Amino acid sequence: MGKYAALVDVSRCTACRACQIACKQWNELPAEKTVNIGTYQNPPDLSVATYTLIRFKEISDKDEIRWNFFKDQCRHCLEPPCKEAADGTVKGAIVQDKNGTVLFTEKTRLLDIKEIRDECPYDIPRQDPNTKLMAKCTFCADRIADGMIPACIKVCPTGTLTFGPRDKILKMANKRLKDVKKRFPLARLMGDEEEVSWIYLIHQPEAEFQMTVRAKRPSTVARRAFMKPLGALVAGTIVFSTGSSPCQTSKVQSSRLFTRE
Amino acid sequence: MTNHWIDIRNADVILIMGSNAAENHPISFKWVNKAIDRGATLLSVDPRFTRTSAKAHLYAPIRSGTDIAFLGGMIKYIIENNRYFKEYVRLYTNASFLVNPKFKMPGELDGLFSGYDPKKRKYDKSSWSFQKDEKGLIKKDPTLQNPNCVFQLLKKHFSRYTPELVSSITGTPKDKLLKIYEIYSSTGKRGKAATIMYAMGWTQHTVGTQNIRTMAMIQLLLGNMGVAGGGVNALRGESNVQGSTDHCLLYHILPGYLKTPKASQPTLKAYNDKYTPKTKDPMSANWWGNYPKYSVSLLTSFFGKNATKANDFGYAWLPKLDDGQDASWLNLFDEMYRGNFSGFFAWGMNPTCSGANANKVRLGLAKLDWLVNVNIFPNETAEFWHGPGMKPKNIKTEVFRLPAAVSFEKEGSVTNSGRWAQWRYKGGNSPGDAWSDAEMMTGLYYRVKALYEKEGGAFPDPVVKATWDYGPKGPGGKIKHYDPHMVAKEINGYFLKDKKVKGKLYKKGTLVPSFAFLQADGSTSSGNWLYCQSYTGKGNMMARRSRKDPSGIGLYLEWSWAWPVNRRIIYNRASVDENGQPWDKQHPVIRWDKTAKKWKGDVPDGGWAPLSAGKPSRYAFIMKPEGHAHIFGPGRADGPFPEHYEPYECPIEKNLMNAQKFNPAIKIFSPETTSPLDVVFSCDPRYPIVASTYRMVEHWQTGVMTRWQPWLLETQPQLWVEMSKKLANLRGIKNGEKILVQSARGQVEAVAIVTDRFKPFNIAGQTIHQVGLPWCFGWVTPRDGGDSANLLTPTIGDANTMIPESKAFMVNVVRKGV
Repeated sequence: MGKYAALVDVSRCTACRACQIACKQWNELPAEKTVNIGTYQNPPDLSVATYTLIRFKEISDKDEIRWNFFKDQCRHCLEPPCKEAADGTVKGAIVQDKNGTVLFTEKTRLLDIKEIRDECPYDIPRQDPNTKLMAKCTFCADRIADGMIPACIKVCPTGTLTFGPRDKILKMANKRLKDVKKRFPLARLMGDEEEVSWIYLIHQPEAEFQMTVRAKRPSTVARRAFMKPLGALVAGTIVFSTGSSPCQTSKVQSSRLFTRE
Repeated sequence: MTNHWIDIRNADVILIMGSNAAENHPISFKWVNKAIDRGATLLSVDPRFTRTSAKAHLYAPIRSGTDIAFLGGMIKYIIENNRYFKEYVRLYTNASFLVNPKFKMPGELDGLFSGYDPKKRKYDKSSWSFQKDEKGLIKKDPTLQNPNCVFQLLKKHFSRYTPELVSSITGTPKDKLLKIYEIYSSTGKRGKAATIMYAMGWTQHTVGTQNIRTMAMIQLLLGNMGVAGGGVNALRGESNVQGSTDHCLLYHILPGYLKTPKASQPTLKAYNDKYTPKTKDPMSANWWGNYPKYSVSLLTSFFGKNATKANDFGYAWLPKLDDGQDASWLNLFDEMYRGNFSGFFAWGMNPTCSGANANKVRLGLAKLDWLVNVNIFPNETAEFWHGPGMKPKNIKTEVFRLPAAVSFEKEGSVTNSGRWAQWRYKGGNSPGDAWSDAEMMTGLYYRVKALYEKEGGAFPDPVVKATWDYGPKGPGGKIKHYDPHMVAKEINGYFLKDKKVKGKLYKKGTLVPSFAFLQADGSTSSGNWLYCQSYTGKGNMMARRSRKDPSGIGLYLEWSWAWPVNRRIIYNRASVDENGQPWDKQHPVIRWDKTAKKWKGDVPDGGWAPLSAGKPSRYAFIMKPEGHAHIFGPGRADGPFPEHYEPYECPIEKNLMNAQKFNPAIKIFSPETTSPLDVVFSCDPRYPIVASTYRMVEHWQTGVMTRWQPWLLETQPQLWVEMSKKLANLRGIKNGEKILVQSARGQVEAVAIVTDRFKPFNIAGQTIHQVGLPWCFGWVTPRDGGDSANLLTPTIGDANTMIPESKAFMVNVVRKGV
């Protein structure tokens, strides 16, 4: 069970993208060479240099217009299907720390990116085409280990992002949902809040956001995992008991991954 | 801001118009969101649907440059639907004042007020005055029924602003217009407040000042001035632009908004007499009546021991403006373009990108002998000589680049939009040869002074007689190094001799406790009377960091220090009824404690008893000689009431409101009168599209600081131009395609963002398109990022302030190679 969770109250997000930049700053991720392709969204997609991204979507509804912003990144599934898939081929390539944070290690270079991406209900993992290393949001495990909150959450000026103990965040999400519903009757949590550490409150229908949510949800995967031998599920614990601190793990992921720029 | 950032959370309705706060003041949305959590309604009025609009309960489009029509319609709505706060209007505004019967309005005079001189393009304002009785007191009609009272004139003036006419001018659908009027005016009663968050979207127009006045008048009619969650709130575009304005960044003021003296005021007495207002009303505090105390204390701060009563405290050494001289931005660069300057300091600014009609600015720089650019990165100003279209071998200008320390490498104060002067420590040392601005100024001062001492020169006194006590003195009386605390103390002011004030003796050298103690006899100094109390015997008030808020409304009186005298909400004496009890019991700003005979809460706008006390009391608006807020504002250049005029460069043949097409009081720049680059093409088929420039959250100002930051550049790498799908169809432009945006002054290449967030306007049955583009790019870096949108903007300014009209002008958009 994840110790911590984050709430993304999308109704409050102004797409200032402080989170997107702060993530790059903390993780020392290089800037991608981008061009404007007719939208504010940039970089256009997640990558090994972009762990979190604000996705923009415009909805025209007769005379009304809506512009919805969606902060995309790894949800840190409590029973991560990516890890389950990795464990089937390279044990220890994807691990979970004691807080439940899902982390990619150097061994991800031995994995098949297509398989891992397909397993992810949210289409998050990306691979460096040269080093073959895979990367994604680390939930700032190194910061959490040092008693700090994740970088993106730290800089959010609008109250969109909140971090805390899982039970408190869940409570807050439900309370907040009640309030948001008064203005946006279609507001809801995404339905996966029992399965992930990043809990989203959306105020418009899912289709009005630019996001990937595959039919295959962590819950179905988790049920499959439950029927497997127990060993695979505790691999994360083993990795950390051998002395690799979360801090080192995430720095490995962020600083050694790049060949570009 | 009359109020402050945190106070936004107390609003019941928030109107964001002339601003895109979510993008350009992102932190403000912390407080906007808190207000919404409390049940507040957020209204967004903007030519395009922005990231601010995305969060609003209601969005209404408006054609750029038609804000007075939009807001004038709201005034009509408020009056005719009885939505105004009657008691407040009667007590605190000049609505009851009787106006000179000779005063005539645009409805009667084809769009002009009485007194217009078409040759001078100026008004004789003698009829814009109040009727007075035999004692010299203004005549009033508290019933507001007299046809010559301000209220009746206001009603008559804005009766012309019907929703139908306003809609045909603004392009705002009538139903949206009325919905916004209804929601906003719902706050015209006790216990309700609405706030306005505006920025350059209102100021950068030929009617900029009147845009803001119209809103101020609405706030007065609804009783929203002085209360928590109300006010007129200018969101400043730089972290310290409030501070730099307070300390007289602009040519027409001295520190603390004292006036720059004129050549026709040869003596201190003539100067003080001119700017010290008088009143015969015993209940008017007439605070500016203290003017000589502030001007003399400023002079003694400038000239120290050299300032004596016998020499007018050095008044003769102050620079004087010629009468009628306007030395603001557009004129300054016009003079430069004509070759009337030899040198220019571009200090912490990038005018070749930030200045309207940037081509003119760029060519102006080429006429200089020398240019000093103080900045932290290479920029389009320092590099102008090898910019687009320039021939370096023909340019004589010698350019000096001085690398500067960034703000975080310096200790000192930063005054935010809410007037809070917040002290900050130095975060780290500057790299390489980068100096702080104060170190550069000190070095410059001593060198210039030495030259004057050695060579004499035409007028050495202003420099050689000045004080420079900004650090510990070394041999020869020069300071060894600059000390920001000494500057802050100098700004606050000292007693220069032993002086008894209010029964207490203050020893020479003591810091003055507040501006109420400043003297006109030379016994005190103050570098800025408004900041007197910021650094006192109790210490550096700006460095305070207490998180206590006994007010419960977010005043945080012991966090930093706010001018004036730590007042967090100005005009707060209007937040209470005649007995000093708050209109809003839930969010009281101040409250009169009858037993203690004292005000509780925020620092009141003067400690006098409430109005019901009669003579011992004072009216609420203490900075006005009559003590009442100006619904009728005779001080403006272009009329005591706002009137809709079209932008100087506009898409329609005729102003639908009156016979004057554009503001009759603006200074005209044209190829005939100024320079060949000062061209405008109104209603010209070559430039049929309205354009506006704006900012974005990802870059700051001209982008000098942010275009070198790869992470920011990654999010916004190139200049873009937003347009509607209809316009893109019309021009065969595809989303994401690089196109040309052209005006009469220049052109830029930009990526087309084709979006439903822009819609064509229906202006009196005619389809008018509008586009918009940010001005944060420049040719120096990144290589394919595009150039400044100010290459397109015209040389024309507001009638009162001369701020350029960059928010409404005409362009065309075309595909490349067509």
